[in-house]
Amino acid sequence: MGLFTPQLPKGPYFGVLAEFATPADLYHACERVRDAGFTRWDAHTPFPVHGLEKAMGLGRSPLPWIVLGAGLTGLATGFVLQWWVHTSAYPLVISGKPLFSWPAFIPVTFELGVLFAAFGAVFGMLGLNRLPMHHHPLFRSKVFDRVTDDAFFISVESWDPKFDPSATQKLLASLGARSVELLES
Amino acid sequence: MSAHRDHVELRPEQVAIPPGHSWNRFPAIGAGCAVLGVVLCAILGMGNPKQFLFSWLVSFLYFLSLALGALFFVLIQYAAQGAWGVVLRRIGETIFATLPVMAVLFLPVVFGLGVLYEWAHPGAAEHDALLRWKSPYLNVPFFLIRAALFFGLWSAIALFYYRGSRGQDATGDASVSARLRKFAGPSIIVLALTTTLASVDWIMSLTPHWYSTMFGVYFFAGSFLGFIALLSLLAVRMRAAGLLDTVISTEHLHDVGKLLFGFTAFWAYIGFSQFFLVWYANLPEETIWYKPRIEGSWLPIALLLMVGHFIAPFFYLMGRSVKRNGSTLSVGAVWLLLMHYVDLYWQVMPTLHPEGFSPSVLDLAAFLAVGGCVIAAVSWLLRRQALVPLRDPRIAESLAFENA
Repeated sequence: MGLFTPQLPKGPYFGVLAEFATPADLYHACERVRDAGFTRWDAHTPFPVHGLEKAMGLGRSPLPWIVLGAGLTGLATGFVLQWWVHTSAYPLVISGKPLFSWPAFIPVTFELGVLFAAFGAVFGMLGLNRLPMHHHPLFRSKVFDRVTDDAFFISVESWDPKFDPSATQKLLASLGARSVELLES
Repeated sequence: MSAHRDHVELRPEQVAIPPGHSWNRFPAIGAGCAVLGVVLCAILGMGNPKQFLFSWLVSFLYFLSLALGALFFVLIQYAAQGAWGVVLRRIGETIFATLPVMAVLFLPVVFGLGVLYEWAHPGAAEHDALLRWKSPYLNVPFFLIRAALFFGLWSAIALFYYRGSRGQDATGDASVSARLRKFAGPSIIVLALTTTLASVDWIMSLTPHWYSTMFGVYFFAGSFLGFIALLSLLAVRMRAAGLLDTVISTEHLHDVGKLLFGFTAFWAYIGFSQFFLVWYANLPEETIWYKPRIEGSWLPIALLLMVGHFIAPFFYLMGRSVKRNGSTLSVGAVWLLLMHYVDLYWQVMPTLHPEGFSPSVLDLAAFLAVGGCVIAAVSWLLRRQALVPLRDPRIAESLAFENA
């Protein structure tokens, strides 16, 4: 699931899409899909379902580390920039203080730290989600339109080692799916 | 779906200190510390009353600030109708229930006014235009009236909330929560104003020529952080001692840890903002307070605060696992409790020792005396009551709380 892995499975099929009627059905189906050992799959809901990440067996996001790295970079950038400007690029005595007056650098250092951390959070999140993406094979499905309305979905992608076009469809149907369909790439 | 428990029965043995438990000894330990501290203060303070009064003031402010922080915490929980912290609320309630005791511990300051505060020296204002100008506010009778008002209001709010919450344990009456919530907003305003004025009166007026409009919120920031550190420590130690170990979960520790982390940044933001404006403008009536505090051997202590009260705990508490692990969280909590003392010490003591840091046995003696009284009072109350608000309408939601 890295930034530079190919975005979509190769081959004739994208995967299997199953529709569930309620968040509870979806939650329990996710637990079963997780326990069946699938790794390349996702759940889609119109609103956050509490605890779904546990039912899906998702690990911790690496995003905090990206934010920390970006924030520290921002701090360093802000401080070093002012240091360089005030002591060598454009030395100017301001209200009789020494050229290297570090307390004066703190506000800008802090603001750049916050700014870079925020950029790290937003762009890191987009990158980890492989966004922006202008089209996705899931959108071929007619029922999937309701994912922003009142339906709950599990999609299992065809590059999952456990994936099998017919067996995976049967599994999802047995978990109480309202409809199951095989999607082309 | 996370498990939603709409109805839970907490068994009494889950939420009380059982007979024979080691925590039953704390009232005696606290009383012992208090007696030892008072005896030491009496013996050593005889020879050096000035040092005694300043040492006492620091320790008094320390424990007072923890109690005020507790009151803020509980009032915010009520005002925001927070559920996650309900299981921790009784710890805060028990700590702020000591506010009437703090009024008694304030008496040495009352009797030592003329020694502690320059403006209270007889005839101080006669040859000092600025003190004369400030004397309509900074005079002994008005100072005492204000102190009485602060303790009166604090005790009234504290007892109103303590009794209300304890009463609900017996009756289970949900309307109590609604009533306490209604008064929470106004109480926060009263508490914010009185805390600000009290910090101006008791700490800032040690340097009566000084001007700072940020001092009140600086005191609040330290107080709230100090209390959250104490709350973290108590929650962890209680769990380790087998008290509330089925009630307070890792999720609760995590949230307290987040507050602890957040308020290290808040303290630094306020502390630096106060310093920064003074440093930048460089006006004598503002730098007068900082000058002795960043000179000589007080400078290392100022730097210790910068690193130890902010930078180190900020990065230490940043990670998720540190806050969810009782041992690592309590290390941060103990450290910040120590730093909160150093902070108050650095605010008060340079008035007495402008020449440099000069520790005294009386610092320790006063700490034992004040701290012993507070520990005895808090642990005596803990023995007599449930350790959580048993029948709060949100207790089930709080027990089931999980971080998203």
